[in-house]
Amino acid sequence: MLSPGSGNTVIKSKLISRRMFLLTAAKAVVMVGLVGRLISLQINQATKYKSLSDKNRFREWKLAPERGAIKDFFDTKIASSEPLYQLHLVPENAKDLDNLFVRLKAILNITDRKVSYLKRVIKKQKPWEPVIVSENLDWSDFSRINLFLHELEGVEPIVSVARTYPDNSSAHILGYVSQISAKDLQTKKYLQELAVPGMAIGKTGLERKLDEKIIGKVGYQRYEVNAFGKRIREIKIDEGQAGKSFKTTLDYEIQKYTNKLLKDKAAAVCVMDVYNGDIVSLVSSPTFEPNEFVHGLDKAYWNSLIKNEKKPLANKALSGLYPPGSTIKTLVALSALENKIIRPLDTFRCKGKIELYGEKFHCWEKDGHGIVNLRRGIQRSCDVYFYEVARKLGVDRLSETAKRFGLGKKVLDDFIEERSGVVPNTKWKKKFIGQNWYLGETLHSGIGQGYFQSTPLQLCLMTAQIANGGFEIKPRIIVDGKNDNLRNYLKHKNENPNEPLPTDLLVSNFDLKPLFKNQEHINLIKDAMFSSSNEPGGTSYRHRLENPKYTFAGKTGSSQIKRFTEAQREAEVKQESLPYKDRDHALFVAFAPYKNPQYAISVLVEHGGSGGKTAAPIAKKVIKKVLERHELRRSVNNKIGESV
Amino acid sequence: MLQPRSIHSSLSFKDKLFSIDYVLVFSIFILGLVSILAMYSTDGGEFKYHTNSHILRFFVFFGMFLFISFVQIRFWHSTSYLIYILFFLLLLGVKYFGLTSSGSKRWLDLYFMNLQPSELMKIGLIMFLAKYYHRISIENINHLRFLFLPIVVLIAPIILVATQPDLGTALLIAAGGLTVTWLAGVRIKFFAFSGLAFLALLPIAISFLKPYQKSRILTFLNPERDPLGAGYQIIQSKIAIGSGGLFGKGFLQGSQSYLDYLPEKHTDFIFTLFSEEFGFFGSLFILLLYAVIVWRIVKIGNLTRSNFGKLYCYSFATAFFIYVVVNMMMVLGLLPIVGSPLPIMSYGGSSMMAIMLGLGIVMSCKVYKDTPVN
Repeated sequence: MLSPGSGNTVIKSKLISRRMFLLTAAKAVVMVGLVGRLISLQINQATKYKSLSDKNRFREWKLAPERGAIKDFFDTKIASSEPLYQLHLVPENAKDLDNLFVRLKAILNITDRKVSYLKRVIKKQKPWEPVIVSENLDWSDFSRINLFLHELEGVEPIVSVARTYPDNSSAHILGYVSQISAKDLQTKKYLQELAVPGMAIGKTGLERKLDEKIIGKVGYQRYEVNAFGKRIREIKIDEGQAGKSFKTTLDYEIQKYTNKLLKDKAAAVCVMDVYNGDIVSLVSSPTFEPNEFVHGLDKAYWNSLIKNEKKPLANKALSGLYPPGSTIKTLVALSALENKIIRPLDTFRCKGKIELYGEKFHCWEKDGHGIVNLRRGIQRSCDVYFYEVARKLGVDRLSETAKRFGLGKKVLDDFIEERSGVVPNTKWKKKFIGQNWYLGETLHSGIGQGYFQSTPLQLCLMTAQIANGGFEIKPRIIVDGKNDNLRNYLKHKNENPNEPLPTDLLVSNFDLKPLFKNQEHINLIKDAMFSSSNEPGGTSYRHRLENPKYTFAGKTGSSQIKRFTEAQREAEVKQESLPYKDRDHALFVAFAPYKNPQYAISVLVEHGGSGGKTAAPIAKKVIKKVLERHELRRSVNNKIGESV
Repeated sequence: MLQPRSIHSSLSFKDKLFSIDYVLVFSIFILGLVSILAMYSTDGGEFKYHTNSHILRFFVFFGMFLFISFVQIRFWHSTSYLIYILFFLLLLGVKYFGLTSSGSKRWLDLYFMNLQPSELMKIGLIMFLAKYYHRISIENINHLRFLFLPIVVLIAPIILVATQPDLGTALLIAAGGLTVTWLAGVRIKFFAFSGLAFLALLPIAISFLKPYQKSRILTFLNPERDPLGAGYQIIQSKIAIGSGGLFGKGFLQGSQSYLDYLPEKHTDFIFTLFSEEFGFFGSLFILLLYAVIVWRIVKIGNLTRSNFGKLYCYSFATAFFIYVVVNMMMVLGLLPIVGSPLPIMSYGGSSMMAIMLGLGIVMSCKVYKDTPVN
């Protein structure tokens, strides 16, 4: 063993051992460090990392809730969530995509373009993310797919729910739903919690107004997911809550009827209960197909809507602004009576025109109406009479009355489309036009032309408030069981005919707000309107209803688009001979039945010429239909009264 | 004691069998079983490709380990240089015939397996230097003349491996080589000088780094820098280990690995997976097994008479320890991700083969502890 150099070896060996000792000490220190790190991560910070791990592991998917229904006054659903048959495809589960598409093309009606679009989508997505092959299959296609399902691997027939409208008769007032946009998310607070990808929200009309409540509570599914976001298994599911359903004051039958009447016209009709403001019908024409909006709009259809000069997308009853024309004469007369400017029997002579302030003001009747008092002025719609009245009254007093009756302001709550219109006066002109008021403009205002702008809804409300004896009502479209004060008062009055209550007691006992100083004035206007519709010479006499059950009292009007030139006036150019765009808008307002008013109506026909010729016949038909259904409506109303 | 017989180096088979370190063999075997469990979990609780092939490799190379244990230490001593040269040639072979995968050329296709010679070089370098310092006399150790060869055999393979590029393995090879030179008695000043030289060259070295390597270092310094990119691995690994808590989520219940949040779970991050499923106590158990293995190797170094054996065992123990510690520090977020397998636990044939070869030579030192090597 003791070989040469063994001493050397021993020294070397000792050196090695010494240095190894140092290394071992260093190792021990590192070991302690490692254990320390483990303690820190797995004991001290375990809670933090456990929650981070769960955050990794679980992901929640929101489930779109079922949208509440919108019903008409008789509980017919006019907007509902109906089952929808869709075809989804999970590319991961399909063995041979090309083959599958060939089979699908044979079974369904899928275009080549759609197929190549789907293939592009599939390429972009993860293989387990479904693509929608068909958004809305009819039942026969859906059952055919189910029949061939065994040979269509990867295809999933899905039953979903989607907004469905029975027809397009109420498209404007109901509005439509469509996919949430980025802008919606920014502007609408309630959507931030709700936002579910692919969920439809209300964009216009009632769908928009009621959106927050009708949309329901979002449910969610919690899944365990892997690092690539693929769902591994479901952990928990919360179905959410279907949205609240709403009952409206609309009558679906009348909506359908009116819509048919207005077909192909650019027109609007509004019917209102004169005592509680219930909007029985609100139709704008031409209409559009709201169902088309639910599943992403077809471009060609959209373009056809946009390019149509009759503007099918606009709700003309709420957002169309038209000069009220002669329909305002009711308020001009009322304002003059209330302000003691004229007495009912004061007369003016109409020679067909008057000259004032160096300007000629024409009556629509070229030869003049002769001696005209208030009743005759309204009956014949004599412009000269109202020039004189307006001149004496002044625009500021007129505007005060017009505003009191609901013109110049929005009358419904939260309708994005509704516009307020204009009731001009001297202050208004100074503020918005920056000029002083000319006296001639007062005369134009007196026959509802010039700066005056109103919506058909406002004109309907105006007429309703005249019809009900001059009390303020609040138009409503959602049934809420309130608003029956005026009917209660009438009931009280009928039951106690011998002890009429003084006006101020009416106000305090029935919470009514009279719009008049003397109710007799209101009755004078109503009587004049009756003569306009039911006495020879009246502007809508030709379209009267003689059955006293249906008899209505109305006022025609036409709102000028273009001023007649002197030459046209001389040549007695007829409205019908003008180009469509230059014809006057035809207006008609009325209430019925005259003896016991229940409903007010306003009819607008864009470029319809004169109100008496085009608007009044429509009003006549609608009034008859509405009154025929009156008993039915009252019976439902009484039931609602009981239940609330 | 047993001197007369040991001189003749004619031990009976029974003697050899008795002189094996059973604590070491047992520890390795237990670690192997644990690694199979972990691999089974990475396969989602099924015997799939990784598990089956890991089991096969473990038992084949465990057998090789036992076989090598009974080969005379004298044989390993005498062939050390040859073995180094063989491994070096294999590394050169990689450079010209290697397989490229994810941007680096590390493997040789041997038809029955893909060999990663850089793993073998970890052992080859230690063997070479252990023999070298065994042979030169103590006076000459610090002579510059005798430092020349060690520097060459150290630098040459490191450059080859680093340019594959595989920075992690290159550093681990360097760690093993430096350990031998340090233990052999090379003066500290040489290490200090070369350290300074290394620092001076660092900026140049950095300019040679691949963008992904730079990003790994930056990411290590601040893992939240880019949580979905380069920092993802460190963050997810820490989440997995931390969420394991005291007792772990349970066998086959590691959500982080089961749901694929954990990267490289078969190889570099196998400890993370085990730690997530078995918690702090499980991690401690693994740490303990490795400590026992290192301790037994050092103990064999103490027992063996030859300086070759001592140098080899001490250096291998230290290198083995460094492999373990570097891997664990990496997955615990204490070091940048350099790509270093955890000995025995990680999936990978070459690493398993190299470790078993290294352990076999250690055991051979034990069996022939009293036999002079030359």
